[in-house]
Amino acid sequence: MTNNPPYPGQERYVRSLEESPLQEVDAVDTESPPTSIWGDAWKSLRRNPMFIVSAVLIAFIAVVVAFPGLFTSQDPTFCELSQSLEHGRSGHPFGFDKQGCDVYSRVVYGARASVAVGVLTTVFVVFIGGVIGAMAGFYGGWFDAIASRITDIFFAVPFVLAAIIVLQVIKNLSNGTQGFVQGVGSVVLALVLFGWPPIARIMRGAVLSVKNSEYVDAATAIGATRRRNLIRHVVPNAAAPVIVIATVSLGIYIVAEATLSYLGLGLPGSVMSWGNDISQAQSLIRGGRNVGVLFYPAGALGLTVLSFILLGEAVSEALDPKARKR
Amino acid sequence: MNATQPLLEITNLNIAFSSDKKLIPAVRDASLTVYPGQTVAIVGESGSGKSTTAHAIIDLLPDTGRVTSGQILFEGKDIVHAKKSDIIALRGSSIGLVPQDPMSNLNPVWKIGFQVKEALVANGVAKGKAATKRVAELLAEAGLPDAERRARQYPHEFSGGMRQRALIAIGLAARPKLLIADEPTSALDVTVQKQILDHLDTLTAELGVAVLLITHDLGLAAERADHLVVMYKGQVVESGPALEILQDPRHPYTKRLVASAPSLASQRLTSERAQVHKEAQQTAEEIAAEVAASAELGKGKKDIIVVKNLTKVFKLRGNRPGSSTDFVAVDDVSFKLKRGTTMAIVGESGSGKSTVARMVLALLGSTEGNVEFDGVDVSTLKGKEMLAFRRQVQPIFQDPFGSLDPMYSIFRTIEEPLRTHDIGTKKEREARVKELLDKVSMPSATMRRFPNELSGGQRQRVAIARALALNPEVVICDEAVSALDVLVQAQILKLLNDLQADLGLSYLFITHDLAVVRQIADDVLVMQDGKVVEAATVTEVFDSPREDYTKKLLNAIPGGRIELSK
Repeated sequence: MTNNPPYPGQERYVRSLEESPLQEVDAVDTESPPTSIWGDAWKSLRRNPMFIVSAVLIAFIAVVVAFPGLFTSQDPTFCELSQSLEHGRSGHPFGFDKQGCDVYSRVVYGARASVAVGVLTTVFVVFIGGVIGAMAGFYGGWFDAIASRITDIFFAVPFVLAAIIVLQVIKNLSNGTQGFVQGVGSVVLALVLFGWPPIARIMRGAVLSVKNSEYVDAATAIGATRRRNLIRHVVPNAAAPVIVIATVSLGIYIVAEATLSYLGLGLPGSVMSWGNDISQAQSLIRGGRNVGVLFYPAGALGLTVLSFILLGEAVSEALDPKARKR
Repeated sequence: MNATQPLLEITNLNIAFSSDKKLIPAVRDASLTVYPGQTVAIVGESGSGKSTTAHAIIDLLPDTGRVTSGQILFEGKDIVHAKKSDIIALRGSSIGLVPQDPMSNLNPVWKIGFQVKEALVANGVAKGKAATKRVAELLAEAGLPDAERRARQYPHEFSGGMRQRALIAIGLAARPKLLIADEPTSALDVTVQKQILDHLDTLTAELGVAVLLITHDLGLAAERADHLVVMYKGQVVESGPALEILQDPRHPYTKRLVASAPSLASQRLTSERAQVHKEAQQTAEEIAAEVAASAELGKGKKDIIVVKNLTKVFKLRGNRPGSSTDFVAVDDVSFKLKRGTTMAIVGESGSGKSTVARMVLALLGSTEGNVEFDGVDVSTLKGKEMLAFRRQVQPIFQDPFGSLDPMYSIFRTIEEPLRTHDIGTKKEREARVKELLDKVSMPSATMRRFPNELSGGQRQRVAIARALALNPEVVICDEAVSALDVLVQAQILKLLNDLQADLGLSYLFITHDLAVVRQIADDVLVMQDGKVVEAATVTEVFDSPREDYTKKLLNAIPGGRIELSK
C-alpha cells in the first residue's frame, strides 16, 4: 500500500448503479420450475436419441411378449413336415423350419421365454446382490468380511460354466420333463445363483461412498435409526450405478439363456425360445436352403439385447454424477 | 520501475459461455491495468467472473467460453486474436499461473521435481542436469526446506502448504513478468496462508514480477495489493488504490463488502430483536423471578453442556499387518457451554475440533472422559433417552452441498426430524415446515424444490430450519459458514444470532476462522494438535491473548491490521 498517485488507467473508477444494479444478497429464485435429480435425468433422457430408439424398441418387444397373438395368427406349434425348410411366402414371411413350423410365429412367440428369463433374472439378481452389497457396505465389520469373501468366491467361478453345471444337476433331478414355468425357473435360478456378485460389489462400493456423507450423519443426529438411514438415505443415493448395470445386464442374461439353450442345457426343447431355435438351426445352415431359420431368431435376440444395452448406456449418461449440476 | 507502459491492459472485455445454443455473459465490459512489478487484486464473490477474467488472459477458458469483444493487451500486443502458438509461447515464460486448488493441480503420478522441471524444459529455460539443479534452487526459493530431497518426493507426501509452494515454484520457474495467482491460499490454514503470501510478496518484489491476485477476501486483497478491482456479477463495479477503496467505498456493493468482511469487523453482532425482547421481558421477568427461582433449580443447569477430560484415540493401520499405531485426535479437552451463549472452538485443520463436535453430538464415542448434557452423561443414554437427547442437540454441518440429501425435497428434508420423532399430523407438519422456512427467511414456495437448485447460503438456511424443527436447546455448528461467500456468510451469522436471541439457543461453534469468532461467540477455546491451548472469553482472546499460538492465529487474520476510517 503506497500513497503514490495512481498510474494512468488505474484512477479511481466507480461504475454507476444503473449499469450494475445491486441485487439482494443470495436472493431465492422462485421463478424457474422445480427440478429433482430424477426429473433432471428424465429430462436429459427425453432428449437423447439413443434413449428414444431403445425405449421404442423395448416397448415394442414388451407388446410382442404380452400379446403375441396381435402379430401373427399362425400357431407356432402347428408344423407340417411337408413344408420343411421352405422359403417365405404370403402369410409365412420368414418361411419354415426343419419341422415345417412357421419361423415368423416362432420368433414372435419365442420372445416370451427369452424376455422372461432376462427380466426375472435381473429382478432377483438386483434384489439379492443389492441387499447383500448394501448391508455389507453399510454395516461393515464381520458381516462385510464374510459377505465380501463369499462374493469373491462366486466371482471366481466362470458364470456360464457354473450355470451349465447347475442346469445339468437340475435336469438330472427332473428327468427332463419340464414345462415352461419349470424350464424358465431353472434357467433363472442358475443365472441368479452366479449372477449376483457383480451387483453386490457395485452396490457395496456405492454404499461405501455414500454412507459417510454428511446428510447421513445429519439424519443420525436427528435420531434416525441405522436401518432408516440405510433405507431412506443411503440406498436411494447409491441406486444409480446399480440401475445402469442392471439395465445392461438384462441383455446379457438373455444372451446367456440363448447360450445355455444352444448348448442344450437351457430351456427344454418343448419351450419355444430364440436360443432353442438358434440351436436347432445351426446344423441346417450348411444346407443353405432357408438361412432365415437361423437368421430371424438370432436377429430378434440381437435386437433385444442391443436395445437394453443402449438403454443402459442412455440411463448411465443421464445419471452420471459428474453431469449432474451441483 | 518503468511505470509508463502498462504490462497488461484489459479494455472492455466481454466473455460469454454458450449453453444450449444461448450465450450467457460471464464477464461484461471489464477493464483493468497492471503495471510491471505491481500487485493488483481482483476481488469478488463466487460467480463474479474474477477467475474467468484471469483465465482469459492465458487463454485457459473452457471450451464453451470465449471472448466476445474487447481487448487484452500484454506488453502492447493483443493476445485475444493472437495465434495459438504465440499464446503457448507466452504461457509460463511471460505469464505464470498459480492455480487455486493445490490438492488437484499436481499430477499424483509424477515426482514434484519432475513437474517443476517440466516447466523449465517446456519454456526452454534449462535442460538435463542444469534443469535438475535449477529445480532444487527454485523449490528452495519457494520456501521448501531440504529442496533436493523434496524434489524426489511425490505430491501425496506433501502437505497442502508445501504443494502450494511447489506450484509457486512452477509458476515462477521461467521468470515470468506476470504471475496470476488464482485464490492461491483459500484451501490452506490461516497461518500457512500468511507464510505463503508473505513469501510470495518478498519473492515477487525481489524478482520484479507483477502479480494479479484473484481472491474473495477483501481484507487479504487490501493487505497485499496496491490496486484493487472489485467485480460483481461479471462487471467491474469499482477499482482504484486499495486503501482508498477500503476507507471510502463508493459503489453500494463495495460498501456491502467492506461492511461484512469478517476480517475487518471488530465486535460481536448484537441482535436488534434481542434488545427489544429483553426490554419487554424485563418487568415480567422481575415479577416472575422469585416464583421461578425455586422451580428453576430442578429444571435446568446453568451449564447446558459440560465436557470433562474428553479424549479420542484413533487406531491407525501400522506397517505390518495386524499392527496398529495410536493417533490421539483429541487430548484431554474440558469445557462448559453456558445456556444461551456461544462457545467457539477454533483451530487449524487437524486440531481435533470437529472430532470434539462429533463426540458432543454422540455421533462418535469417546476413548476417555465424558460429555454431560444437562447433567446427564451422554454415553449412558439408550433408546428413548437417546432420542430425547437427539431432539435437544442438533447439528449444522460445514458443507452445504453435502449435508442435505440430494434425493429429498426441501419439504421432506425439514419434515424428516418431525417424522422421525412422530410429531404432529401431516397437516401440522406442513404448517411447521412453512413456519420454519419463514424463520430462516426462505419463501415457502421453495418447499417443493430440491437442494441442487439452491445456492450454498440457501442450503445452509434450509439446514438451519431443519436443525430448529425439534426446538433444540443446543445447536452445534461445524464450520457452518466456512464454505460461503462473505456477504452470505454475514447474512447467515446474523440469522444465527437473531435465532439465538429469539429462542434462547446455545451454540457450539466450530471454526478455523478467528475473525468469525469475534462476530458470533462469547467464549473461545483455541485448539492445537488435539489439545486446548487457550480458553477464555472473546474479549480476552482478542485483546490480550496469552499463548503464542493464539497470537500467531490472530496475526494471520488477513487485513486485520488495516485501519478503517470512521
